[in-house]
Amino acid sequence: MRNVAVVGIGETAFGEHWEKSLRALAVEAGIAAIRDANIEGADIEAMYIGNMSAGKFIGQEHLAALAVDQAGLVGIPSSRLEAACASGSLAFRQACLAVASGEYDIVIAAGAEKMTDLQTEDVTTTLMGAGDQEWEGWLGMTFPGLYALMARRHMYEYNTTREQMALFSVNGHKNAALNPKAQFPFEITVEDVLNSPLVADPLRLLDCSPVSDGAAAVIIASEDVAKRFENPIWLIGSGQATDNLALHDRKSLTSLRATKIAAKRAYEQAGIAPEKIDVAEVHDCFSINGLVALEDLGFCERGKSGKFVEDGNIERGAAVSINTSGGLKAKGHPVGATGISQIIEIVKQLRGECGKRQVPAEFGLTHNVGGTGATVVVNIFGKELKER
Amino acid sequence: MVHRSSVPMHWRLYESRYNLVGNKCLVCGEFFYPSKIVCPNCRRRGILKRVVFSGKGKIYSYTIIRNAPRGFEKYAPYVVAIIELDEGPRVMGWIVDSKISDIKIGQRVSVVFRKIYEDGKEGLIHYGFKFRVIDENNQLRD
Amino acid sequence: MFGIVGWGAYVPRYRIKTEEIARVWGKDPKTISKGLGIVEKSVPDLDEDTITISVEAARNALARAGIDPKDIGSVYIGSESHPYVVKPSGTVVAQALGCAPELMVADLEFACKAGTAGMQIVLAQVTAGMVKYGLAIGADTSQGRPGDALEYSAAAGGAAFIIGPKPAVVIEDTYSYTTDTPDFWRREGQDYPKHGARFTGKPAYFKHVINATYGLLEKVGRDVSEYDYVVFHMPNAKFPIKAMKHFKIPKEKYLPGLVVTKIGNCYSGSSLLGLSAVLDIAEPGQKILLTSFGSGAGSDSFSLLVKDKILDVQNKAPKTRDYIEKNKEYIDYGMYVKLRKKLKI
Repeated sequence: MRNVAVVGIGETAFGEHWEKSLRALAVEAGIAAIRDANIEGADIEAMYIGNMSAGKFIGQEHLAALAVDQAGLVGIPSSRLEAACASGSLAFRQACLAVASGEYDIVIAAGAEKMTDLQTEDVTTTLMGAGDQEWEGWLGMTFPGLYALMARRHMYEYNTTREQMALFSVNGHKNAALNPKAQFPFEITVEDVLNSPLVADPLRLLDCSPVSDGAAAVIIASEDVAKRFENPIWLIGSGQATDNLALHDRKSLTSLRATKIAAKRAYEQAGIAPEKIDVAEVHDCFSINGLVALEDLGFCERGKSGKFVEDGNIERGAAVSINTSGGLKAKGHPVGATGISQIIEIVKQLRGECGKRQVPAEFGLTHNVGGTGATVVVNIFGKELKER
Repeated sequence: MVHRSSVPMHWRLYESRYNLVGNKCLVCGEFFYPSKIVCPNCRRRGILKRVVFSGKGKIYSYTIIRNAPRGFEKYAPYVVAIIELDEGPRVMGWIVDSKISDIKIGQRVSVVFRKIYEDGKEGLIHYGFKFRVIDENNQLRD
Repeated sequence: MFGIVGWGAYVPRYRIKTEEIARVWGKDPKTISKGLGIVEKSVPDLDEDTITISVEAARNALARAGIDPKDIGSVYIGSESHPYVVKPSGTVVAQALGCAPELMVADLEFACKAGTAGMQIVLAQVTAGMVKYGLAIGADTSQGRPGDALEYSAAAGGAAFIIGPKPAVVIEDTYSYTTDTPDFWRREGQDYPKHGARFTGKPAYFKHVINATYGLLEKVGRDVSEYDYVVFHMPNAKFPIKAMKHFKIPKEKYLPGLVVTKIGNCYSGSSLLGLSAVLDIAEPGQKILLTSFGSGAGSDSFSLLVKDKILDVQNKAPKTRDYIEKNKEYIDYGMYVKLRKKLKI
């Protein structure tokens, strides 16, 4: 397999794009990535697009063809990948594997979601498609509800506190305040989180990522081609894994098995330990999932994430800078776009383009979760090419 | 959401929803609810047999849904829990008929028969199990 | 010799005090609760209906009967609040109980006496040898128009009876008295019933309850004083007590079955919940007289004899009084309006 690198990045701002359609958002991100890479559209040999549920959000399937059509790239192979909120990372991995295999030299991996065209109850219902429809969704379960079950259990097993969970959101907002692409570019306090309305006990509104519109795209190139670019960021490790779809089938509610498997694979490929990661974008769709990720990714011991956060270890420049983009909570979470957007933040950090939120970084990690952890993708990026 | 109005999609689940019908692998001995199509441990070598669960167990985790999805708005707030059945498997279900102060991890519960979902005013009413708190002797709680 | 092999009750846990309803409508609370003899009534949760109440009551009856559900050859549910106008409640209940598919099922309606009508049908089937066991259920989530007198009494609950051989309680005989008397009705598509106010009394309730009871007594050749417990249909507490006084039945014989004061009128479940409360405490050798009443109008009267076997089954399921007294939660009128779907959302 050949090495691959990210040579171009582009994304829309995340938020409520009332005036922009899914197709407009996807094209905007794609063009930005092509411009960033300084290539021509004609150089792109294939497209991979991650999207969770355009079929339900806007009634549009066959998104892969729509995307190349709208981008003026008709003719090239285009594929849509779906793994709920990990769809973007799946598109990225498939794109990387296709380039690594030798089939293509330059491809585009994108992710896009348009969520605000539906009313909240319908968004809630649609997102439940990422769970087990027959045994969770049809009972009136919601995603905040599923993660609340995990939060309750984490509090029970490890005495994790409400305040510790709130701190994860506070950290995200602090970083988002420095990110012009973020949906919520302002700071919040622990009190704000604890006084926000209950959504699914013990989770409150400010524990939850928002409903967002947005798109993100990256250009991926093979080793030989990437070396011609100014600042390629190398994918040095990547793992993808699965777990039982329904939460009640899991052995544990306080750890995502798929994260552990995917992370192990990624760390092994990269040949580095968790301590070497300087900056990571982790999947904090709900604050509790941010905490669980810190444990499963090996940044702290199992059950100790609350204390780890409380001690300031996830702040910018600390032990590991977590969610410098703002994370899903504060940057926004247009589900299909999130995985690509996380990669963009890590690429920018490794390139040194993050401005006020820049941290010193040699290695960066992305952690993208589908559903309640039935799919997880972990990628590790480095500034230098790692010899295989 | 269109699929919720599907008649056969719900009808296929009636047996397992009405009486907690799951299965058990005779090779590895593990119980499953809902029924597995293939034993995840033994796969093709597993032998799955129909099992009706007792419906008794304890709360493993729970939440109170305050922002309900379509079709459940009128019920909010409602309690959804993961219940660890006495036979082993965990299932998801509502806790009804119980004081909120009695709902905690480890609390014993037993099944009750309730409406699960009503497809609007004109559609079908689907029934199935929910849970309620019981005392240590499996009796109605005072 | 056939009769009840298992019985079971179910009453939802929510209660509203009649005083609370009176408060909303500017009525004098004391006059209302004293006049009707109803202190509080049961209210079903949003996810409860006649089908769920029937299943819960019937599961208790099955627990007492200790029989294979497949031996139940017929299921009849009497109610005036079947969740569907077309699609039987009985199919859901039979499936949930594990009786399907080899059985007869139909839903019955005869105002508040459809449950006892079901008991007569299954008794006849059992006696004729058509089925080994039959299941009759009376259950309702009763409707009462907001502000109407019925709102103080219309409640939810039900009781189920499995009838067959080797019973715990022998059904010695039954007698019915039926005329065309329009005291209470509900037209197709209407949410709430209408009634003839005071016309529901003398020409309706009292005429039918009293005549059916006399008819039964004559048929079995007994004096009413020979019965240890008497249960009459309970639209409120006032009517049955007045009827008891007519027969000179002492309090101790009717109070155990007078469940209306704490749960209200469960329509098709009313007299049957009274019966199940009595069976919960009855002793071998005792005799029980039951007379239901359904508007429209008719009464079914039953003579029951308790056998030794009752002692083996009484404790195999929750008692009627457990449902009436335990785990109840009081709600205000606002919550009541929400639970009874009087809010249009």
